[in-house]
Amino acid sequence: MWKYALKRVIQGVITVWFIATATFFAMHAVPGDPLSGDKALTERIRANLEIKYGLDKPLFTQYVIYLKNISQGDFGISFTQENRQVNDIIREHFPVSATLGILAIVFAAVGGVLWGALTALYRNRWPDTVIMFLVILGISVPSFVVAALGQLSLVKLNNLTGVSILPVGGWGTVWHMILPSMVLGLGTMAYLTRLMRSSMLEIISADYIRTAKAKGVPPTQIFTRHQLRNAILPVITVLGPSIAAITTGGFVVEIIFAIPGLGRYFVQAVQQLDYTVIMGTTVFYGAFLVFMVIVVDIIYGYIDPRVRLE
Amino acid sequence: MSNTHITSIDSEDAFAKSAARQLLIYGVGAVFVIGILMMGLQGLASIVGSGTTTADAIDIENQSITIAIRTEPPQLNSTLATDSSSGMILAHVMEGLLRMSMDDQLEPAIATRWEVTDQHATFWLRRDAKWSDGVAITAHDFMFAWKTALLPELGSEYAFLLYAIKNGRAINEGTMPPDSLGVSAPDDFTLVVELERPIAFFDKMVTFQTYLPIREDFYNTTDGKFGADADQMLYSGPFVISNWVHGSSLLLERNPHYWNQQTISLKRIHIGYITSDAGATLNFFKDGKIAYTTLLAENLNDALEQRWHIQREQDGTVFFLEFNHRDERITRNRNLRRAMQLVMDMEELVYKVTKLPGYIPGESLFPGWLQGVNDKFRKEYPVTKLRLNRESALQHLELAKQELGLDKIPEIVLLTGDNPVSNIQSEWTQAVLKRELNIDIKIDKQIFKQRLAKMTSGDFDLVMAGWGPDYDDPLTFGDLFASWNLNNRGRYNNPEMDRLIEIAQLSVDPTTRMEAFAGIQQLAFDDVVLLPMYERGVTYVVHPQLKDVKRRVVGAEVDFTRAYIVPAR
Repeated sequence: MWKYALKRVIQGVITVWFIATATFFAMHAVPGDPLSGDKALTERIRANLEIKYGLDKPLFTQYVIYLKNISQGDFGISFTQENRQVNDIIREHFPVSATLGILAIVFAAVGGVLWGALTALYRNRWPDTVIMFLVILGISVPSFVVAALGQLSLVKLNNLTGVSILPVGGWGTVWHMILPSMVLGLGTMAYLTRLMRSSMLEIISADYIRTAKAKGVPPTQIFTRHQLRNAILPVITVLGPSIAAITTGGFVVEIIFAIPGLGRYFVQAVQQLDYTVIMGTTVFYGAFLVFMVIVVDIIYGYIDPRVRLE
Repeated sequence: MSNTHITSIDSEDAFAKSAARQLLIYGVGAVFVIGILMMGLQGLASIVGSGTTTADAIDIENQSITIAIRTEPPQLNSTLATDSSSGMILAHVMEGLLRMSMDDQLEPAIATRWEVTDQHATFWLRRDAKWSDGVAITAHDFMFAWKTALLPELGSEYAFLLYAIKNGRAINEGTMPPDSLGVSAPDDFTLVVELERPIAFFDKMVTFQTYLPIREDFYNTTDGKFGADADQMLYSGPFVISNWVHGSSLLLERNPHYWNQQTISLKRIHIGYITSDAGATLNFFKDGKIAYTTLLAENLNDALEQRWHIQREQDGTVFFLEFNHRDERITRNRNLRRAMQLVMDMEELVYKVTKLPGYIPGESLFPGWLQGVNDKFRKEYPVTKLRLNRESALQHLELAKQELGLDKIPEIVLLTGDNPVSNIQSEWTQAVLKRELNIDIKIDKQIFKQRLAKMTSGDFDLVMAGWGPDYDDPLTFGDLFASWNLNNRGRYNNPEMDRLIEIAQLSVDPTTRMEAFAGIQQLAFDDVVLLPMYERGVTYVVHPQLKDVKRRVVGAEVDFTRAYIVPAR
């Protein structure tokens, strides 16, 4: 087990190094530079700024310095937020994105498993038809539409009832989290519902279920122990990458609900060519994704006895 | 299907019922678990301190308002600030020597009296003006701030505004030490500025944020983080920032040490939301969460349905098509430029194509709000009316072909931004030039930084550009096409233009200067230096109980310092 984990971690570090290198060179290949602004700078001032940010050195030297710094966990200072460390930006804003992401994934996983099981039980009857229709909607409507619609509906509801049922934006209390996390988790929930349904249907017709029924195992046990537990495995497999995708993909939801998450900084940095923030967030998110995949693989060994971690 | 259908339908139904019952129990359980999880997350969120304390749009009891801003200020160091969010917040928490009044006239702020001559500007400071820690604001605080802003290693984009002061430019370029700046303080409350050259509007320039004071001993304690956080600042204005949660909110509260308390009635300005989504801010406004929001074209119908009092005006910015005047470009040919000028109907663009409220068709490099000698500049010196004429345009086009030695005008590259409004405008330009002159336009759509890179390197024939004022004088637009101006991205180079600009820069006589600007305006038209497209408009709504919210074209975009709340009718 430990040997396996170690092996995976080493592979993970190599992956992250690769991400960092590719991003570094791709970023510098993009035309334009972080120092340009609305007002043109004179050559002298520009040269001074390049020295300040180390942009005057050859690209490869910059790369080596950069690798040295990130290996020590220092992502440098943001170009656009001149007095802020990239580490501070990640430290202050990632917990917000993570909170939103965790809640969204919980909504998605719980909803996906429950709806998926329900549609499988009632396959080809009206609950199945209705839910599967909604699932197709949930998968195909992009989050910025769902977010805007969700917010607008809430405003209408608040106006209609005359009381503030839920806040329409901002961040701070549990009430602020409910709508954005539901919106954020909706797509994944729809996807998981479909996955759970097909996996349930496969298991319902499996031999061991028939055997269990023939043996006279009580229906509650058959459903929970034999059907749900086995059907949930594929859901757990996709959960790891989903957590990373949801946590990093909350950009649109963060903007619309005015949530101070990291996703916003990530996207703004790319638009503004803020080199240090681009690198910091990409490497951080890359490492996070790799870590989640490893965690899920290890958990898998415990849940599915057929998998051996060697 | 395998053999499952052998089991009877009855038992299947019973099984499904029992399973559904179990699912229901799990569902209810899950809701409880999520509830508990959310309580836990709430704790986590409060630990990282990223809260937006929810307040209403206006609160008459506490005299507080809540507003939203589009982007987080990168930092609030007045020597570095360039963006509109920073400008807006600085205007509320800082005060300089002079200030613009509610009706856009200069009025005393920290200076009670001032005098500008050809060589000197002298400011007499009030003795009761204090920093937010109670220490008196002195002339030294201004001197320190200006010297700091000019430091070459700081790389301030707005340092050029301080070039009016003697040796400012040399210091900024690193050829002279900061202490050689032409400023002195005969005593703590008198500030004498030696000017590099006569400058007619120096008193207006000192209202700008780059001229705000900074106290040296405090600046030195911030360890390079001046302006990065609420406690890394010292305030001279009517409000202080009592809380700044990055990416989330800022709370401005009344500054107890501000000298002019009786003019301020709001106790608290809560910047509760930071979002660039105009739809979201409109929703916040509808929900009674914010007291002010600007509107975009797509939200306008929605706002009209609500029967709000929608206000519209120009935001001070002029947008134009800028030609590339470099030697190797065909747009260097004046007849070609004239041909384009004669067929482009900017009224059609503004009133029939983009149809955005508040926008007015562009006629001049100088927008309509600029002040002339006694009245608006554009009233005193009206621009030559352009008469569209396709036949004349075609003649000019023929001449251009002859001069260039071409049978057909090759494809012209139009560099433009990537927002929806630019899309419509560039497609319109493309269609008009094709229809009227059979000129093919290739639209080169780029995001901000890439567009800047191409503008700087001259990789375009035509570029859609905008220019907003840095200070309240026609020169902020007038010197744009000087051969030495780095913002002259098309490298227009004409000694006559440079001569007129020099007069406008050096003269202190209002009539002489305005005549020079009129000359620039005429030259820009005659030589087709640019094609003015429109003056940008802005539409916004204010909470009906909030009065005296002031929009400005220079400095703070929107000013709440003198706003007050009235009881509901």
